[in-house]
Amino acid sequence: MEAKSKKAGASRLCCLCNLRRPVLKRPKTLQQICRECFYEVFEEEIHQVIVQNRLFKSGERVAIGASGGKDSTVLAYVLSELNRRHNYGLDLFLLSIDEGITGYRDDSLETVKRNEVQYGLPLQIVSYKDLYGWTMDDIVKMIGLKNNCTFCGVFRRQALDRGAALLKVDKLVTGHNADDIAETVLLNILRGDIARLSRCTSITTGEDGPIPRCKPFKYTYEKEIIFYTYAYFKKLDYFSTECIYSPNAYRGFAREFIKDLERIRPRAILDIIKSGEDFRIATTTKMPEQGTCERCGYISSQKWCKACVLLEGLNRGLPKMGIGRPRGVNGDHKMETKKPGSVAKSIESKQCGSLDF
Amino acid sequence: MQLTLEFGGGLELLCDSEKIHKVNVDLPNGAESDDFTMKHLLSWVRTNLIKERPEMFMKGDTVRPGVLVLVNDCDWELSGQLDTRIEEKDVIVFISTLHGG
Repeated sequence: MEAKSKKAGASRLCCLCNLRRPVLKRPKTLQQICRECFYEVFEEEIHQVIVQNRLFKSGERVAIGASGGKDSTVLAYVLSELNRRHNYGLDLFLLSIDEGITGYRDDSLETVKRNEVQYGLPLQIVSYKDLYGWTMDDIVKMIGLKNNCTFCGVFRRQALDRGAALLKVDKLVTGHNADDIAETVLLNILRGDIARLSRCTSITTGEDGPIPRCKPFKYTYEKEIIFYTYAYFKKLDYFSTECIYSPNAYRGFAREFIKDLERIRPRAILDIIKSGEDFRIATTTKMPEQGTCERCGYISSQKWCKACVLLEGLNRGLPKMGIGRPRGVNGDHKMETKKPGSVAKSIESKQCGSLDF
Repeated sequence: MQLTLEFGGGLELLCDSEKIHKVNVDLPNGAESDDFTMKHLLSWVRTNLIKERPEMFMKGDTVRPGVLVLVNDCDWELSGQLDTRIEEKDVIVFISTLHGG
């Protein structure tokens, strides 16, 4: 590789150590850094995020939501390293969801099983089949390829909480990175989803719920996660196939837009996250009230939680129940309680709530 | 020119699901081996290796934003991107970040 030193730019040295040849241009800072300095700053920055935001307390049990993809694979590795190096005193676990998608999740779960051995972290797998009696394969057979992602998303959120309860953990961490969060900020603005917009940039969410969730990669660029995986493991032992049931076009557009912005100005990703944080929701905007589902006891702002509504539809052979405009049990419920001439602005009834900066 | 090309992050699906391609690239007519660059290589890859959905790999004359390119393990943003000179036995890696994590 020394022979390649004549390549343009290779004559410069790492701007952190001034000793070695740089191998990466950091999107966050535009610094040119070498491999050794990259490992160090990458891990150290995540450590700083954990410390400054007080993500964990000593003695806590923490589950890592592991999909077998690059982000959760790197998160499991880095978190177990930092836990050892800085004596966080955490008991770490891997938690995976088996949606029951043949040729997709069964393969990616193999990656997680390898991680269980490689990092010595106990693994818990919870399946849609066990929790709900339906696999995604079954659901798609019944409802087709429209709206199936709604079922999967709603079910996964709850499945993670149920798996976390099984493991008796205090916290759940996920591998969402800076690019993902910027993308979600844009999507929530485009959809006018004020409730989610105000939540999606928080590094920790659900502190009032059963199990708080946090995102240690909130400020970590996807480019660096991929570079880390490639440089460190010298191969990509993660699963990168797109879900066979999800073209997910809308999110795809936001993702592509973020990548276009990043090429022009890499800081744009952090800037969008900052903008998301700085949105303030007018105090006159009524936010959905948090209660519990009458059927299963899960947190819900409605009489029944979304998963129970969707499940009821599946079991009764009315799969459109709970999709789109409120109908059925919660819809009826809403009709009964809605006072005529009510002036309160509800997030749910009005897609575009008022925003101020 | 003998090169090793590696596709990851889902890009391998565009070229027969093969991740690693050891290839022999003929220089374009009239080109000296000195001025064979990533620009030439990309158009060669697009013609010779990409079997489907080329728009997942390229946008305009360069890779689609979100595709990380490494030349001999080094970020191509450090070596001039499209102007990076490619030499015998180089290893070029393309990893898409557009797939889920």
